[in-house]
Amino acid sequence: MTASTDEIPEVDYVSGTGIPIRGNDIDTDQIIPARFMKVVTFDGLGQFAFFDLRFDDDDEPKEHPMNEDRFKESSVMVVNANFGCGSSREHAPQALMRWGIDAIVGESFAEIFAGNCLALGIPTVTADHETISELQEWVEENPHGEIDVDVEAETVTYGGTTVDVTVDDAQRKALVDGVWDTTALMKSNAGAVREKADSLPYIASDD
Amino acid sequence: MSEGTLYDKVWDEHAVTTLPTGQTQLFVGLHLIHEVTSPQAFGMLRERDMEVAFPDRTHATVDHIVPTADQSRPYADDAAEEMMSELEENVRAAGIDFSDPTTGDQGIVHVIGPEQGLTQPGMTIVCGDSHTSTHGAFGALAFGIGTSQIRDVLATGCIAMEKQKVRKIEVTGELGDGVEAKDVILEIIRRLGTDGGVGYVYEYAGEAIESLGMEGRMSICNMSIEGGARAGYVNPDETTYEWLAETDAFRDDPEKFERLKPYWESVRSDEDAEYDDVVTIDGNELEPVVTWGTTPGQGVGITQPIPAPEDLPEDKRDTARRAQEHMRVTPGETMQGYPIDVAFLGSCTNARLADLRRAARLVKGRKVHEDVRAMVVPGSQRVQRAAEEEGLKDIFEEAGFEWRNAGCSMCLGMNEDQLQGDEACASSSNRNFVGRQGSKDGRTVLMNPRMVVAAAINGEVTDVREMKEVNVA
Repeated sequence: MTASTDEIPEVDYVSGTGIPIRGNDIDTDQIIPARFMKVVTFDGLGQFAFFDLRFDDDDEPKEHPMNEDRFKESSVMVVNANFGCGSSREHAPQALMRWGIDAIVGESFAEIFAGNCLALGIPTVTADHETISELQEWVEENPHGEIDVDVEAETVTYGGTTVDVTVDDAQRKALVDGVWDTTALMKSNAGAVREKADSLPYIASDD
Repeated sequence: MSEGTLYDKVWDEHAVTTLPTGQTQLFVGLHLIHEVTSPQAFGMLRERDMEVAFPDRTHATVDHIVPTADQSRPYADDAAEEMMSELEENVRAAGIDFSDPTTGDQGIVHVIGPEQGLTQPGMTIVCGDSHTSTHGAFGALAFGIGTSQIRDVLATGCIAMEKQKVRKIEVTGELGDGVEAKDVILEIIRRLGTDGGVGYVYEYAGEAIESLGMEGRMSICNMSIEGGARAGYVNPDETTYEWLAETDAFRDDPEKFERLKPYWESVRSDEDAEYDDVVTIDGNELEPVVTWGTTPGQGVGITQPIPAPEDLPEDKRDTARRAQEHMRVTPGETMQGYPIDVAFLGSCTNARLADLRRAARLVKGRKVHEDVRAMVVPGSQRVQRAAEEEGLKDIFEEAGFEWRNAGCSMCLGMNEDQLQGDEACASSSNRNFVGRQGSKDGRTVLMNPRMVVAAAINGEVTDVREMKEVNVA
């Protein structure tokens, strides 16, 4: 049984308004605290994204971009360095995606987090500190301004400005060609996989 | 590009083909699963009507949500019970071995793999947990993955990956008294940064690493991810083989051991291997390291002053300011004397038998400070049994430590073991992120297990080198 790759959309382009989330080393425990991971599906995680930064002990909203009306419809998150470090929990990008995020632009990303984003079809594109700071400021001033993330051309356009960004080669190819769902892709090589398994010393020695 | 390293060899050995994305399809020799990150992946498989491709290369345990006090079923926490039931059903349907608590083999996934001999040199090992890097201590290529990737591995036995660079971290010399593997890795992260390892696999080498036992090597590889490196490893040697020979996998099958040993030897990095980067650290100079902030890279030698944010590189200042406010520490002072409310001895970093033995020697003849709640959570049921048989449980309990059942516990506070309010915790775990131990105002100070004991006894962060072992044997 192999799933069809026809259903996998190409993600060569993401457009939407922005939301700035400032700070380096924002870890996945902040993005989704562990107590919200006691679930067997990802449904409904969106409301818990950045929960402890957004709500106080009585669950009253605190000052946070994700609580502001002007950013409610945002889909492009603009972050700083080493975003998504820490735990491998896919619950983190799942929560952001379910909140409404379709693309993340930042200075740098932790590897497992970026891989998890790719598995969900969310581009994680990077630019230097200055470029990101300017974009964050622009988003603050233009919460309803459109940002175009062109994955294929590796550019971000906002308010008449176009800046170069970097997209990891494999990520770009996967998103642009719509082959980011790797299950079907790898499943089609099942014969070669079995052969490889049987050739490994530690598996062969089990026989 | 690196050449002739263990990483290159294990990668080549497991590469199936190149995918249209340019990524390599890499065969996975061992897939470890647990209750938190796997249920959604099994759900995705069911949606697509797919089966588990290699159930015999897959092994399950329960660790994150398992209660460490009352483990009778159903669990008091409904959510925990649901996650456990879901895992039981998934592994039963797929025919996957499950070290559940009734087997006596349950424990933290990164403790049970090595102790059962599932973890072997030259393997590719994945798990939906970032501390999978632990298994690199055996010369395996081991890394954490997300849930969609778990689906990939369950369905195909493979993972899609890009090859990374290799940085050799050579720790020369000899570690001083009171200085442990944990201090080495905290120092590495402090120097290279929490994102210094992004894009790299770390090879740990040098006399100070080679002279460590397997538990110490695991502590170091465990925290590779805190330095941004998804995987870290130590080349296998006699220390590795001695451990393996005693495990379930080889204890009764010395012939299999002999058959595999040449493969293990063959994956060692060549003498003339090429690395993308080499970093050298003088092990003689190290002292116990503790964290003062809210990332594992915000550490400091126990006799050294906490840095002022303005003395740090510009991109570290904001994080440092916020961290110092949260932790309520003062630049210029040392961490000695920092009052603690809780002492946690546990986690996949430091809850193996050797860790508990070392800690117990310091506990003997002493009492936990009256204002401190202290607990020991063994890494596995086997560690727990062995420690109880050796009398370690009695030593800890007589001193006032709580002795718990095996699990992840207060490392991440997914069960009932959590910090309350703004409690400060001396912790042998791996992450001091805000909120990590279950309270968003909680304060975590990472340190080695004997430093945790010293803090528990004195009620404050203490230089363990100033405490003598009381000889009451």
